[in-house]
Amino acid sequence: MSAAYWRRAMNIAPSKVATRTLVAPSPVAQTAPDAYAHSDAPRWLKSLWTRLSARHVLVALFVLLYPFIATPFFTYQVGAQALGLGLIALSLTFLGGYGGMVSLAQATVAGLAGYLVAIFGSSSMATISLGWPWWLAVPFAVAIATVFATLVGWLSVRTEGIYTIMITLAIGVAFFYLTQQNYTLFNGFQGFNQVFAPTVLELNFREPVPFYFLALACALAGYFFVKMLVRAPFGVALQGIRDNPRRMHALGYHVNAHRVAAYAVAGLMAAVGGVLMVWYNSRISPGTANVGAMIGILIIAVLGGMKHPIGAFIGAITYVLLQNFAIDAIPGFRERFNLVIGGVFLAIVLFSPDGLLGIWSKLRLHLMKGQSPTSNQRRLQ
Amino acid sequence: MLNKRVWARSMLGAAAAVALAGPAWSQETLKIGLLATLEGPFAVPGQDSMRGADLALKLKNGMAGGKKIEFVKVSSDATPDKAVSATRKAVEQDKVQIMIGPLSGDEGIAVKNYAKSQPNITFINGSSGAQATTLSDPSPNFYRFNTEGAQWMVGLGEHALGKGYKKMFLISEDYGFPYSQVQGFMASYCAKGGKVVDKAWVPLGTKDYASVIAKIPKDVDALLVVLGGSDAVNFLTQYEQAGGDKPMIGGSITVDQTVLNFKGKRRESLLGTASAGPMADSIDTPEWKKFVADYKANFKDGFPSPSLFAYLYYINTKATLDALDAVKGDLSGGQKAYREALQKTNFKGPAGDVKIDSNRNGVGTTYITEVTKAPDGSFYNKVVKSVPDITQTLGLPEAEFKKMGLGSRDVPDCRK
Repeated sequence: MSAAYWRRAMNIAPSKVATRTLVAPSPVAQTAPDAYAHSDAPRWLKSLWTRLSARHVLVALFVLLYPFIATPFFTYQVGAQALGLGLIALSLTFLGGYGGMVSLAQATVAGLAGYLVAIFGSSSMATISLGWPWWLAVPFAVAIATVFATLVGWLSVRTEGIYTIMITLAIGVAFFYLTQQNYTLFNGFQGFNQVFAPTVLELNFREPVPFYFLALACALAGYFFVKMLVRAPFGVALQGIRDNPRRMHALGYHVNAHRVAAYAVAGLMAAVGGVLMVWYNSRISPGTANVGAMIGILIIAVLGGMKHPIGAFIGAITYVLLQNFAIDAIPGFRERFNLVIGGVFLAIVLFSPDGLLGIWSKLRLHLMKGQSPTSNQRRLQ
Repeated sequence: MLNKRVWARSMLGAAAAVALAGPAWSQETLKIGLLATLEGPFAVPGQDSMRGADLALKLKNGMAGGKKIEFVKVSSDATPDKAVSATRKAVEQDKVQIMIGPLSGDEGIAVKNYAKSQPNITFINGSSGAQATTLSDPSPNFYRFNTEGAQWMVGLGEHALGKGYKKMFLISEDYGFPYSQVQGFMASYCAKGGKVVDKAWVPLGTKDYASVIAKIPKDVDALLVVLGGSDAVNFLTQYEQAGGDKPMIGGSITVDQTVLNFKGKRRESLLGTASAGPMADSIDTPEWKKFVADYKANFKDGFPSPSLFAYLYYINTKATLDALDAVKGDLSGGQKAYREALQKTNFKGPAGDVKIDSNRNGVGTTYITEVTKAPDGSFYNKVVKSVPDITQTLGLPEAEFKKMGLGSRDVPDCRK
């Protein structure tokens, strides 16, 4: 038996096993018979219908109707900003929650994408900005920022835990100083002003409502992308690597390649978020990528909870609301508003290590106690 | 029985409360937004800014234009993004009609750009001093009653030449505000024959000046040092240790109290160091003395003397309130009458006249000071000269100023 033949035989074997498990009826399918088996509707619609619950519909209705109920301030500064920041935090949730890699450089990737939009597109610095149309500038900015994120990943995957945090922090701080001290490309301390969102087909994305829907579309795309990815073979392998890299390695998975790919995927989301944020602020300067911004993204992700992609957005909403309204919380002591922000963060992390999502699941557990949850439900908590 | 009595009493109390609250309700309140940096690197100056604004309102008994004035205070951390967020919150959420702020230069440019999207609100500067805010692409509803960074240095160039400094070397921080300051100095210094042979731009927060000190040529007459806070102290210490002995000219925030308290061997050589700014602690006018006395009386936790930021917020807030008085609180018709009143503002401030030009930028006085020894041995900045009515074009005709352009690393230039 030649070596090549042997290898082919070995390669074939697992796939046979895989097909067998696929055809075998899953226990879930047995307990819940398909109610729509006789319908002519396409399969994706049926699967959507079986998974949808009332709260999904409610949330979808709310986010769609929100800009028509809320004031322009709430639509833009609270809604759109939370969605943009949430998307950047989502990239960290994906890396940290599913890949076990906490990268502080996500704000840096977002900042780079923002800077590139200003450099390729148009701004008040006509000597630096190339003035490309948005449909050219944005793909280039996102692509380069994603490549940058991949390189960051490639550098940092060889480290674990706190060392990953340190190396990504170092990269982020280096980028911050680069933007602050480089004048030929990043225009130093002042950065770029008047980086405006484009007008597409009569739709001016500088207006609160169109911009909100743009941010919502990107955020939803990111959310469902992550939801899908973590169930796909790549996502499952990534979670395996998170839990036991050595065993995954022994199983034949290329651990580092999976991790670098996760960085690339997260970089793409952060880059899109960065483009949204530069349009939101209509300007960019080194402050967008400083240590405060990096920590801010981490706070959002931790505040919301890293066990589910929705946590990033819940965290972002909480963060934005606190940033805006903490100053009204203690009348007479407006100067001390940071105390409120810090206090709330501390309380959430102290009482629920899993962030707001953890509080929600604990609450659900309490409510269900009366209804005696099944062992399966208990395990899920 | 008891219940009935309690009920009757509480009704009586409620009635009394309504009666007492009545007059307070009938008086109209006008909300004015107030933005300063209560967090970040400028938290302490930001606090003093708020004191300056509070003082202006207190001296008017909290009233302007027949209305009770309520400040809606918001905060930024000196980043433009945060300044715009805070301003947007005050304008769109708290519905203020007039907005005062921000504190630092780049914030000012960002708030000015935001002002364009809110044509019905009037924006008044706090203490920001970037030239571009009112010079390039100004917003018709953004007013700045203070002068800016370049104006603060006008007259210092002539003063340096008068002291015989014909060739100078520049050490400055590398961002917008020092660019303006250097331009204000060099515009007249170069025009009258002075030479700045080389410029060393250092990043904000530089700790090690060895390479800069090594670059200082032997044959210069003096150094132009435009550094602030700890940067100035670090440079001074290291320059002394390297055996440097050139006299110095300082920027508006260079020779402050931390530098004056410098304890090195070269302390005596600080004597005679000239600098310039829109105010000085030792101005000898009754208006200034009253301002300092009011500040001390109202803020027990404040500084020994009002800071630059308190002064700038004070004059901007006072201009805001005086114009409200002039129109009797009438902000109707897109605030047209109010803005005309603002344009006509002309009062004697603590440190000279306060008025604005057609770009809505302050035209004011600059004070040239020199470090002098007080009888008790401490050092202070003594006013040696005041230059009134400085325009934003630094006394040059507008066409000539436009030809020069705004201050930057390379503008102006007079090496040879």
